[in-house]
Amino acid sequence: MNTALLDIQNYGKTFRLHERDISIPSASHVNLSVYPGKLTALIGPTGAGKSSVLKGVYRTYLPSAGSILFRTAAGEIVDLAQADEHRILELRKTEIGFVTQFLHCLPRKSALDVVAEPLFARGVPAEEARGHAADLLAQLAVPAHLWNVPPATFSGGEKQRVNLARGLIAQPRLLLLDEPTASLDPATTERVVAHIETLKDTGIAMLAIFHHPDLVKRLADDVIELSPPVAIVEPEEEIA
Amino acid sequence: MSNKILSVRGLSRIHGEQCPLCISSTGPEHDTNICPHCGSVVAAHDVNFDLYRGEILGIIGESGSGKSSTVKMLYFDEEPTAGSATFYDGGVQHDMFALNAAQQRSMRNKRFGMVYQNPHLGLNFQISAGGNIAERLLMSDLRHYEEIRTRAGDLLARTEVSRARMDKNPKTFSGGMQQRVQIAKALATQPPLLFLDEVTTGLDLSVQAAILDLILEIQHELGTAMIVVTHDLGVIRLLAGRTLVMKHGRVIGSGLTDQILEDPQHAYTQRLVASAL
Repeated sequence: MNTALLDIQNYGKTFRLHERDISIPSASHVNLSVYPGKLTALIGPTGAGKSSVLKGVYRTYLPSAGSILFRTAAGEIVDLAQADEHRILELRKTEIGFVTQFLHCLPRKSALDVVAEPLFARGVPAEEARGHAADLLAQLAVPAHLWNVPPATFSGGEKQRVNLARGLIAQPRLLLLDEPTASLDPATTERVVAHIETLKDTGIAMLAIFHHPDLVKRLADDVIELSPPVAIVEPEEEIA
Repeated sequence: MSNKILSVRGLSRIHGEQCPLCISSTGPEHDTNICPHCGSVVAAHDVNFDLYRGEILGIIGESGSGKSSTVKMLYFDEEPTAGSATFYDGGVQHDMFALNAAQQRSMRNKRFGMVYQNPHLGLNFQISAGGNIAERLLMSDLRHYEEIRTRAGDLLARTEVSRARMDKNPKTFSGGMQQRVQIAKALATQPPLLFLDEVTTGLDLSVQAAILDLILEIQHELGTAMIVVTHDLGVIRLLAGRTLVMKHGRVIGSGLTDQILEDPQHAYTQRLVASAL
């Protein structure tokens, strides 16, 4: 039996908005596991907290409840909900990757450098890093004449692939995918699907959100359905 | 962890007489850093953080939040009223505020670098750009004239100031160019720790972008740890992996920069992020 790489127990996230004096729950009682070489898909309607789970794992959100147990390459179990910030930064650099829906990058950097950046951060020599980036962009069918251009002017689908390449280049042990095919045409979607299948073969564990139920069927080994947490608006109790 | 380069504990600075009520009657919840009882200014109180090698830490806050005071104490420009800072350098731990003046001067000249918002604080406008850098190289035991001149030229070239302007007085340079000379000067001794205090404030947007790119490139190339003080969320987003949020002399929040921006905890941080353009 394969041991889980990621084990989420009772994850919950509630935003406290001080200005309006309300709390907004975005996810509650989420339990799931992710295994090496397997893909766990999160499904559910908008507002069910799918992205909230991914952001909690990456610690872009501070979890409000539960634990997020990650087994490191060294075999240690780290609770990502509580771990020291330096530890999280280190894991992001080496073991946990995140492909978000939108590409956030500097408008003045070439696509090649945007993709190669996670390798630069690890200290890989620039030319070697750019070589890997070029291979990956070619695999994802980003036309070569765009590689030296900043992605700001790219089409949605091209940006999405640059984003994906950037998430994949560092070969993380755990990959978080938030609608990686959202703005792709069918042919490009097929390429990405094929690529995700190869990644599974190499043993990468994935936690993913897909737009199309069809992709969930094709790629997911496990499916976790989330439903929106009950929205509670709790005004502060008045203490007279 | 052995990765630590700087460890700051309880760092505080109060200007004025001080009374027993200074701390309890100032801070974000009192919406002031001026003690209503004795008029002392609590510039910074109980600042704690660890900085790792090669890491960029952002400190964000409005004027009077204590962000610049914090960095000035660490660079020995201002004296703390309480607290400690430990600098880890080549296997040796230095209790920074226990050092004598000469030791502090040497640490500041050889192991730290500072880039100020105001180039007049960081540069000597009586001498040439190259001379400014040479001054710092001399402090770090480089003595040979040709060697100093070559190295100063290299540093200016690295920060994209043309060698042709090396012998010109920085008075005649644009604001962005003066910041580049300051950065070259700060890097002259290859310090493992660099302080940047509002370095892009007041510059044109395109010049800001170029300076920030340069800072990132340097961090990649040299692995210099940096503390970046700014009121600009964009600067933090671009440069810093972790961020401290300060208000009225107190640290009111700290976290991974993306977490501070997407899931701010404190009411003030929420307002700050919500007011970003």
